[in-house]
Amino acid sequence: MSIRERLSGNEAAATAMKQINPDVVAAFPITPSTEIPQYFSTFVANGDVDTEFVAVESEHSAMSACIGAEAAGARAMTATSANGLSLMWEMIYIASSLRLPIVLSLVNRAVSGPLNIHCDHSDAMGVRDAGWIMLFSENNQEAYDNTLMAHRIAENENVLLPLMICQDGFITSHSIENIELEEDSEVKKFVGEYHPKHYLLNDKEPMAIGPLDLQGFLFEHKAQQAEAMKAAKNVILDVAKDFEKWTGRHYGLFEEYMLDDCEMAIVCMNSTAGTTKAVVNDLRKKGIKAGLLKIRVYRPFPSEEVAKALKDIKAVAVLDKADSLNAMGGALFQDVASSMYVAGNQVPMVNYVYGIGGRDTTTKDIESVYTDLAEIVKDGKVENPYRYLGLRREEK
Amino acid sequence: MPYNVKEIVANKPSRFTEGHRMCAGCGAPPVARHIMRALKEEDHAVVANATGCMEVSTFIYPYTAWTDSFIHTAFECAGATLSGVEAAYVSMKKQGKLPEDKHTKFIAFGGDGGTYDIGLQSLSGAMERGHDMTYVCYDNGAYMNTGIQRSSATPKFADTTTSPAGKVIPGKMQSRKDLAKVMAGHHLPYVAQTAAFMNFKDLYEKAEKAIYTEGPTFLNVLSPCPRGWGYATEDLMLINKLAIETCYWPLYEVVDGVYHITYKPAKKLPIEEFLKPQKRFKHMFKPGNEWMIEEFQKEVDSRWQELLDLEEMTNK
Repeated sequence: MSIRERLSGNEAAATAMKQINPDVVAAFPITPSTEIPQYFSTFVANGDVDTEFVAVESEHSAMSACIGAEAAGARAMTATSANGLSLMWEMIYIASSLRLPIVLSLVNRAVSGPLNIHCDHSDAMGVRDAGWIMLFSENNQEAYDNTLMAHRIAENENVLLPLMICQDGFITSHSIENIELEEDSEVKKFVGEYHPKHYLLNDKEPMAIGPLDLQGFLFEHKAQQAEAMKAAKNVILDVAKDFEKWTGRHYGLFEEYMLDDCEMAIVCMNSTAGTTKAVVNDLRKKGIKAGLLKIRVYRPFPSEEVAKALKDIKAVAVLDKADSLNAMGGALFQDVASSMYVAGNQVPMVNYVYGIGGRDTTTKDIESVYTDLAEIVKDGKVENPYRYLGLRREEK
Repeated sequence: MPYNVKEIVANKPSRFTEGHRMCAGCGAPPVARHIMRALKEEDHAVVANATGCMEVSTFIYPYTAWTDSFIHTAFECAGATLSGVEAAYVSMKKQGKLPEDKHTKFIAFGGDGGTYDIGLQSLSGAMERGHDMTYVCYDNGAYMNTGIQRSSATPKFADTTTSPAGKVIPGKMQSRKDLAKVMAGHHLPYVAQTAAFMNFKDLYEKAEKAIYTEGPTFLNVLSPCPRGWGYATEDLMLINKLAIETCYWPLYEVVDGVYHITYKPAKKLPIEEFLKPQKRFKHMFKPGNEWMIEEFQKEVDSRWQELLDLEEMTNK
């Protein structure tokens, strides 16, 4: 039986972590994810969890300690944002290459510089090729649910990859919304116990991890990581099925919102999907066939599935909450565009970089995207596929 | 039982095995092997290694020279990595997820690059947090793995590839960081400086104390490098001896803040004795460079005196 509550996104993530009761949490404070280790250390101080909380002296050490703990045979979790993830970057790659199913709560924030503490996705996009499974969450409920599903995915023997759950800094991390929580005992049952095959603390079978891995082996090891990432897609879906049976809440690789019969669609991630749904609802009332595809699973990228879902649409706009500064468009746009090309789907596409550094994105902004798409639908032409949304420009 | 190196070597199997690829005449392998021998045979260990010579020569996939569990992640975070392992042990032990009657000890090895410099923060954090572990710095006084670049452990005037003895600048112009004292400043229960000397007695006894003192402990171990220092490989033990007899590398321990010098040379040798057999100090012996030797001697003397003062002060 679900419990109705009101929690912020950070509270939701921390609550999920409490219910998972990991063996080790190592974390360092950084806005806007600070509350997660704060709440969690209160759980530790009050004896609500069995966790060893390691209050490390940096995020680099947070990820290093998580790697040590997970390799030792423990479940290790952490939380961070922006520059914290940047500082972890070296260890992020090491975590995935050592095939350690660490779970990280990433509260998205703009990476410096200059310094900005508000939301965009530049932190997550900086590690998109690091071999982590990346789940995005529209709201507190999804941040909670994704966290509950995380270990079942990451620890699957065909996967064994670290996983991060993303949610938008402040927009969801600090907004209090209704949420359905599950019973502690039910969570415990769903998540299950962690029994790694090989671990450092097994004195009966000592192991060595983290070798010098030269020309003769690194390529094969990287290919194994790639295979694991491919395998993760079905595991994510299987876990979602079990989750739905338990809670009634449905999750796929992405959410299709009024996509079936739509003429023009927006593709985006995290909280902007909520804003977009409101706009889609309004447009539908006016008889305009607008739709939304909200990416939940960004890594592995559901290339074939996305291409299939978008193939009959007349114009697609991909919204990137991080610029790639490559003179050709954001990362999500590139992923969607190449998915479409490889599948042989010729649909006019346009990219909008938006919401950088916490710039507010309103329903009006989203409406303007659909207005642009309506123009593209008319003649199928895209003048400039790499655009900004909500950028203040000097009048020429 | 009095220390007997023959008995130890004969009765305690090596936990750092042959087949590793470290250089002949390198000071680090005998140090690591002997420290590992200080473990009780029945205890399991998890060894963490910072990236460096030791790591890249002892664990090249798919081979390892370590019979205990071993983890390497990166250059600057052996301290933090092992913190995580130790935290997992504490947590899992508390929850009954590990056998109650078995003990695991935690030992990190880092070179001076991974310890004095890039890994100092991670080491300091791990020690301050009080993890039950021993961190061993095998100090060879430069980044030897990448080809002899200066570190903050490099002695003044040493010729390295990033502090070359040139026409205008005669080697490294800065003094060496005193890391054992930095660690003593963390108020650890046990800090020691040691070296492979006199049948490894000092090294073994300090390793045993460090490993079996509860809480964070630190060992700074002199570890000469034939390539970086420029001595003949067979002279390793001689170089260790000269470092100690000249008081360049004093052997001491700090137990709960109390200093004990564990070896006082009957006759302190002049520093030239230590400098002369090493190519990295060759330029100091050119005519006109006598001031360099004088300055070096002065620094050795003042640091030795400081240590004597600390011993006197803390034993009052």
